[in-house]
Amino acid sequence: MDQSQIEFRNVSFRYQEDMPWVLRNVSFTIGADEWVAIIGHNGSGKSTIAKLMNGLLFPQEGKILVDGEEVTQDTLWEIRKRVGMVFQNPDNQFVGTTVRDDVAFGMENHGMPREVMIKRIKESLNAVGMTEFERHEPHRLSGGQKQRVAIASVLAVSPRYIILDEATAMLDPKGRKEILKTIRTVQEERELSLITITHDLQEVTQAERVIVMNGGEVWMESTPRDIFSKKDSLIEIGLDTPFVSKLADHMKDAGLELSREPLNHQELLEELWTSRSIK
Amino acid sequence: MDITFDQVSYIYQPNSPFEYRALKDLSFSIPSGSFVAVIGHTGSGKSTLIQHLNGLLKPTKGTVTLGEYQLKAKEKNKELRELREKVGVVFQYPEHQLFEETVAKDIAFGPRNFGVNEGEIDRRVNEAIQATHLDEELLERSPFDLSGGQMRRVAISGVLAMNPEVLVLDEPTAGLDPHGQKEIMEMFYDLHQKKKLTTVLVTHSMEDALAYADQVIILNKGEVYMQGSPLELFKKQKALEEVQLDVPEVIEFITKANEKLGADIEYTGQSIADLAKEMADFVRGGRDHE
Repeated sequence: MDQSQIEFRNVSFRYQEDMPWVLRNVSFTIGADEWVAIIGHNGSGKSTIAKLMNGLLFPQEGKILVDGEEVTQDTLWEIRKRVGMVFQNPDNQFVGTTVRDDVAFGMENHGMPREVMIKRIKESLNAVGMTEFERHEPHRLSGGQKQRVAIASVLAVSPRYIILDEATAMLDPKGRKEILKTIRTVQEERELSLITITHDLQEVTQAERVIVMNGGEVWMESTPRDIFSKKDSLIEIGLDTPFVSKLADHMKDAGLELSREPLNHQELLEELWTSRSIK
Repeated sequence: MDITFDQVSYIYQPNSPFEYRALKDLSFSIPSGSFVAVIGHTGSGKSTLIQHLNGLLKPTKGTVTLGEYQLKAKEKNKELRELREKVGVVFQYPEHQLFEETVAKDIAFGPRNFGVNEGEIDRRVNEAIQATHLDEELLERSPFDLSGGQMRRVAISGVLAMNPEVLVLDEPTAGLDPHGQKEIMEMFYDLHQKKKLTTVLVTHSMEDALAYADQVIILNKGEVYMQGSPLELFKKQKALEEVQLDVPEVIEFITKANEKLGADIEYTGQSIADLAKEMADFVRGGRDHE
């Protein structure tokens, strides 16, 4: 049986005993090579999920299994090799004085031999398109470039899973596009599962599957197309649908028939074009 | 409060190898009571501009005029304190600046620091939490026990409690969920209108600029690249792309639809519902002709 997956089995978590539960009986599975987006309103428990996945926090109830192995104090270091994480603030994740040192840092922690490190630095900077910045100082890079280096640092350890916890939230639109493009390339070229935790609806439309969190519980698990067809319920739980979904909804209200829920401009334009050419 | 920048330049670390000119001969004026969006990609000078609005930075060259106050190079300003009372700045991620034991004390910190009497402080704190929709029960809690969205509201309440005439907002919705983003922007817009504030919004969101601003200033490399009404500016897709900015999604989509379908739909600020109807009618009309 293929065990490469992250599984949450009836997980409940709270920060302190006298505080409300942040997660309640959460169960889901993220498979190999999948791109899963986790969305939900502020305080829905998204980021807690990320921290539980690589042992920054431990649940009071239930289990988290990475490739069949439970995340505990003892398995923590082994699991962090497999589950890499990129955080929201690009300025909070640098330790090295050059981009190269920074990418090396994670590998040093895992005690990798020097030859491997040199090779991996090249490969991972190449994967995120930052090779020419190898000797630059990280703090002088743009936000998007910083996050690409952060992704390279994670890639260098060669994880099976990468969690991006609102990694594009502090970037400008250009930086955001850079990161999305990088993520897509990396996901296509390597055997990796991606877990993106995000408020960015554009980012969500590109994932294969979406887990919607609400009030600490899994509210829904489905494809982006299916999720964004549920506009009213999404708005009720503090979320929204992308512009294209909204426009398509209003077109349906205006009596136009669409064959499926469009996810991007291209899909909606094709629907319109087809509609116009039918006699 | 009228705001005027007259030939303002700002240089970081002048006469050193790190000398960097962040603003270059910047001139524009913002009439009192207007809602202005300042847009530009990272490094365009937005943050430097903001810091001139309450005297955190002084121009290296040129003059910044805010109402009756003037900021000039090499001039000491005695009235800086007064100016800071009137210009409220909500910085990025303002919740990072919370520090007091209770929410009430944190909100009161600004006015107390400026010597406002206790009765007036209480009144202002209450007014501020009403504006930001914070529950009164939270006043005696530690700000650090609150959710991220609530913490941001506390920080904003602190700025509002100063009773500013000018509100400067630096990416006030970053990191919030879509519902929270909308709530915060509606709140600022409401305050802007009710209190007749002059509002300067720094944003990456073309959508917000389109929805709330009556004037847009686009910065590029420390200079004013374009200035005008959002509707007027956002139609200039090519010019915007040259400075790495996108047009709002609604305009981008209409342009594509016009090309693909041979339509002639114009964006005039209509709602999504009206636009959808217009497009649906066009598509159906096409069929009727054939």
